[in-house]
Amino acid sequence: MMTTVNLDRIVKEVDRRLARPTWRVMVCDGTGCVASGSRLVHQRFLDSTEGLDGLAEVKLSGEDLCRPLISRTGCHGLCQMGPLVVIPGDGGAREEIFYCRVTADDVPEIVETTLKGGQPVERLLYRDPRTGTTYRSSAVIPFYANQTRIALADCGHAEPEDIEEYIARGGYAALRRVLTEMKPEQVCEELTASGLRGRGGAGFPTGRKWLATLRAAGSPKYLVCNGDEGDPGAFMDRSLMEGDPHRVLEGAIIAAYASGAGYGYFYIRTEYPLALTRMRKAMADARRLGILGENLFGSGYAFDCEVVEGAGAFVCGEETALLASIEGERGMPRPKPPFPAESGLFGRPTVVNNVETLATVRWILERGAAAFRRHGTPRSPGTKTFALTGKVRNTGLIEVPLGATLRQIVFEVGGGVPDGRKFKAAQIGGPSGGCLGVEHLDMPLDFETLGQVGAMVGSGGIVILDDSTCIVEVARFFMQFTQHESCGKCVLCREGTRQMLWILQDIVEGKAQPGDIELLEQTARAVKVASLCGLGKSAPNPVLSTLTLFRSEYLAHVERLYCPAGVCEALKTFAIDPDLCKGCTLCLQKCPVGAIQGDKRAPHRIDVARCTKCGVCATICRFKAIAAR
Amino acid sequence: MMKPTDGTIVLDGRMVPIGDHVNLLDLIRAGGIDLPTFCYHSDLSVYGACRLCIVEVEGRGIVTSCTTRPEPGMVVSTRSARLRDIRKLTAELLLANHDMSCPTCTRAGSCQLRRLAERLGIDRIRFRQRQERLPLDQSSISLIRDPNKCVLCGDCVRICREVQGIGVLDFANRGSKVQVTPAFGQGLGEVECVHCGQCASVCPTGALAVRSQVNEVWAAIHDPERIVVAQVAPAVRVGVGEAFGLPPGESHIGQTVAALRAMGFDRVYDTGFGADLTVLEEGTEFVRRYRARKDLPLFTSCCPAWVKLVEQWYPQLLNNLSTCRSPQQALGRLIKRELPREMGVAPEKIFMVSIMPCTAKKFEARRSEMVTDGRPDVDAVITVPELVQMIAESGLDFAGLEPDRMDLPYGFKTGAGVLFGTTGGVTEAVLRYAAEVMAKPLGRPPAFHKVRGMERLREAEVELGDDKLRLAVVHGLAAAQQLVEDVLAGKREYDLVEVMACPGGCVGGAGQPPARTPSVREARQASIYQTDTMLQMRNSQDNPYLQRVYADTLGEPGSPAAHELLHTHYHPRRRTGAVEVEISGGADPSHRVVRVEVCVGTNCHLRGSHDLLHRLIDHVNERGWGHLVDITATFCNEVCERGPAVRIDDELHEKCTLEMVLDRVEGAIGAEEAPVATSR
Repeated sequence: MMTTVNLDRIVKEVDRRLARPTWRVMVCDGTGCVASGSRLVHQRFLDSTEGLDGLAEVKLSGEDLCRPLISRTGCHGLCQMGPLVVIPGDGGAREEIFYCRVTADDVPEIVETTLKGGQPVERLLYRDPRTGTTYRSSAVIPFYANQTRIALADCGHAEPEDIEEYIARGGYAALRRVLTEMKPEQVCEELTASGLRGRGGAGFPTGRKWLATLRAAGSPKYLVCNGDEGDPGAFMDRSLMEGDPHRVLEGAIIAAYASGAGYGYFYIRTEYPLALTRMRKAMADARRLGILGENLFGSGYAFDCEVVEGAGAFVCGEETALLASIEGERGMPRPKPPFPAESGLFGRPTVVNNVETLATVRWILERGAAAFRRHGTPRSPGTKTFALTGKVRNTGLIEVPLGATLRQIVFEVGGGVPDGRKFKAAQIGGPSGGCLGVEHLDMPLDFETLGQVGAMVGSGGIVILDDSTCIVEVARFFMQFTQHESCGKCVLCREGTRQMLWILQDIVEGKAQPGDIELLEQTARAVKVASLCGLGKSAPNPVLSTLTLFRSEYLAHVERLYCPAGVCEALKTFAIDPDLCKGCTLCLQKCPVGAIQGDKRAPHRIDVARCTKCGVCATICRFKAIAAR
Repeated sequence: MMKPTDGTIVLDGRMVPIGDHVNLLDLIRAGGIDLPTFCYHSDLSVYGACRLCIVEVEGRGIVTSCTTRPEPGMVVSTRSARLRDIRKLTAELLLANHDMSCPTCTRAGSCQLRRLAERLGIDRIRFRQRQERLPLDQSSISLIRDPNKCVLCGDCVRICREVQGIGVLDFANRGSKVQVTPAFGQGLGEVECVHCGQCASVCPTGALAVRSQVNEVWAAIHDPERIVVAQVAPAVRVGVGEAFGLPPGESHIGQTVAALRAMGFDRVYDTGFGADLTVLEEGTEFVRRYRARKDLPLFTSCCPAWVKLVEQWYPQLLNNLSTCRSPQQALGRLIKRELPREMGVAPEKIFMVSIMPCTAKKFEARRSEMVTDGRPDVDAVITVPELVQMIAESGLDFAGLEPDRMDLPYGFKTGAGVLFGTTGGVTEAVLRYAAEVMAKPLGRPPAFHKVRGMERLREAEVELGDDKLRLAVVHGLAAAQQLVEDVLAGKREYDLVEVMACPGGCVGGAGQPPARTPSVREARQASIYQTDTMLQMRNSQDNPYLQRVYADTLGEPGSPAAHELLHTHYHPRRRTGAVEVEISGGADPSHRVVRVEVCVGTNCHLRGSHDLLHRLIDHVNERGWGHLVDITATFCNEVCERGPAVRIDDELHEKCTLEMVLDRVEGAIGAEEAPVATSR
């Protein structure tokens, strides 16, 4: 017989252990930090602190922790500065210390100076790249200070693989309350009152989705967690599953209960090995404690779930394609209606929620709908995580209230555009989203306003572009992505995106004809309104939004064969600056097509008609006289 | 809440009652507006991919009408500038991806993509034409797949899976590289395709087309040495007229015969005669089995697609299949035997052409069992569109031809023989014979109405004297497989089961002109029944020429002579491409050699067959049996759960140990040989 887990006992036990007067070292184990070497840092900490129990700070009697607790945490967010090491404060006088770009070789110094000496290692603290100010703890770093963390609340602050620590930080108490004190309808009501909208992109009200599934005829019912995050540059869901898997799982169990589902599937792409491992471990640990299985918390409610690995097709992020994939079919979208709430997985009522949506549920049930509504805008309450990448100083994982402006994200959280470049545009929502320009910097980012300008929240990738980026090339890149990832089912998406890609290729290669831009736009509009699924309908967004904002740049490519950003190879022309040219004849000798003429010691010229733009001359010129423009 | 049947929608400004329509497209078409579509078929699941049937619904914007449920009060528009633009643009996108070899395409006349371009007035394609050419799949005997013509509507994928339950076609790759293909890029001829051809019959373009044998037929006709004989299947007469613009279902056998004669066929016979032969043989077989209660239910075997399905997926039912040759093969064999004698010509001079509503018949004619003395019983099989093309090529005015009669004796058929053209027909024909054998002479036959119709599965109990026969008639191989599963599970019991692969039976065969709607098949079926009532004889057993064949050469139905001529056998195809590996090569053919086949398939291997094989070879050599025993390694014998399996002289032994095998081998070598060997 499974006995009901006693959360309170676990909380007490973990608190007792952590309350020892010891140090804790938290090494970020998010994807970004792992890539920059945090695993080595972690190992070095383990090695270097072996036998440190003689230190005053870690003098412990007897059991448990006889040395500093070296933890691996989920993504802390400031990926740009990784590997990150956080040494939390003691809740009293001792402040948190936040170290950036820590290498394994820095570890002995941290052990000596901080763990033994109680002092920070100054050179490893965060220094603001613009102001030069040094910050000791994360709370005051502008990157963090301008965020509001709900879904990411504990990401980076706890061991993701330790269910007991999760419980000690309040985890599963919301689930217990839901199961023992609330009816499914009440949970749906609370969610509807909170105004939470799906974080996967479309923004459908979560409470209404749950209620529709609850009320749908048919059984069994299923819960599906959509962890098939496929946008280039997006890693919010990945970070949540890696960094706080129990929060996602708790949200899922609550969602299942509220929508009458008895079994769940977590669809996670194979390219997310750590997320797969941690979600699986979370499920196993929860099952061990009786948080998954029969009669949860003595409520009589039974729920269990499993992980299904996706093969990485972008289209499987579309919910009906995802369901087809779980069923073992080719991942192709099905027409809606019927919506999954009526007829989803195996033809049964199914609630499909995104990872971040589920990760937000616990907070809402802990603090209430009203508290949630205090963040965000009236129609888009709460916060949203974004993966901030591109030409911005602080790339990383962020969470801000919906309705925050692009300016706040780029310049306050992101620290602005580096290398003296200017902000040009932000591509938001990945290949389904659109471009926002300078004129949108002060527009509040929420579901409605983004939709109005032809962009979308999407799953939440934001790529910042500076003035060295060719906007047509950006559109071409995203179009290539959607064309490659189109499932090929409906004509408009399959053939329309191919033709759009061909036109865009012609434009960047200087082969476009008059009228091509109009055909591109017309095709884009047809694909947008008449494609089968959400991915097809949103595939033209990058083209349409850039055509609106940067039409002159398109025209420059077509009419003047000129790339204003100087990016498009085919449109470059090489020229010799007569003031700098010494007439050394080196370029003339090296030019493979004999396009350079000129006499010794007199400025040379490039015959543009012959030039193949290989760039050899510019590379070898010792006087920097040759440049492409 | 109001039921949808109570409501109306506003369609282009008119009120239209919803009735029992479950999607807008059907409702709009019923309202007299024919929206274009490639991927919508009433027989198949809704797919929503071609985006041509788009309409504007107030409050919802542009939706595909095939995927939208009509709701009372819906305001629907099929015409707007936006809809027109998108439809034309979609058609242009399809055309830009199409290989446009229309003049040489076999489907040019019935191509829906061409028709769409005409309808929408596409006079130029603004998009860049695809240049890439993909190789054709010519591996199948019956079908040719040309990916360059595919519009990816998925009709073939769905009919193969949903209606036929075969599923050899599916989509592969992503984006613009998507293709419809059998698994792992194999050819249609290398997979479990049963050649029913339904994929080709729903294909809106020429991406899946019937392999034509017209050139072979012309070559024979133009060869003065050849006697070219045609046999025309029952269902051909009710389909051929459509290709010449005549009303669906009208019977045009007289014009067909006239056309064949005009084109140079030397004899024209009726496959209905072959059907009469089949009735007598199968009827006799059935009565025998029924009385002996052996190998029931008897499954009919006239449909070669169904036969192949049983061979590959239900080998345990091979004994239940009727051993009778199909009418095509029965008549082919009979004619090839009799005609040379009658005409005094060498057998190889006869060239037998059958005109079939079927693509699987092309496959059947090439089966190894259908070859006598090294010559195929049927030399070429052409479908109705192939016949139509020959007629057109000859410049004949089909409708205006003076109707002509078939040659005797094999051109004479009864009503029962004609019934083979529709689902339920074989059962009814056999019943007419069985009734007479089991009960009393019939005279004017009763219509066995319970077996008629178009429902996928029809069951009937028929009393013949004291016997109550339990019958089932099923068409469409998915329905057939469901029935087989139920029979195997003991959920259903029958005495006789008729199976036809194609919807409606041969009237809906893939060798007919494409039947766009079920009503076309129904018209053809009605015409078959009409023909039955109009023929002078309606029971196969009454066919006087057939009686003469039995009297002259075969004796009684079911006699050894009849069996030799008119029956066949089947073989399991569960494992395709199995190879045998010769292990010991030293057997001396002057002795009686014992054949030992050791299975080295995965399961047997895991159960130690490899080790057994090695030790067996050692022992055989040790005992000096090398010249007496022929050892072969084989692949799966399909008793995987009871391996290692060893076949010794055609007897399969399960759970073998070396001792068992040696024992049996020793026994087989024989008492007088064994001491010699062991005394060494």
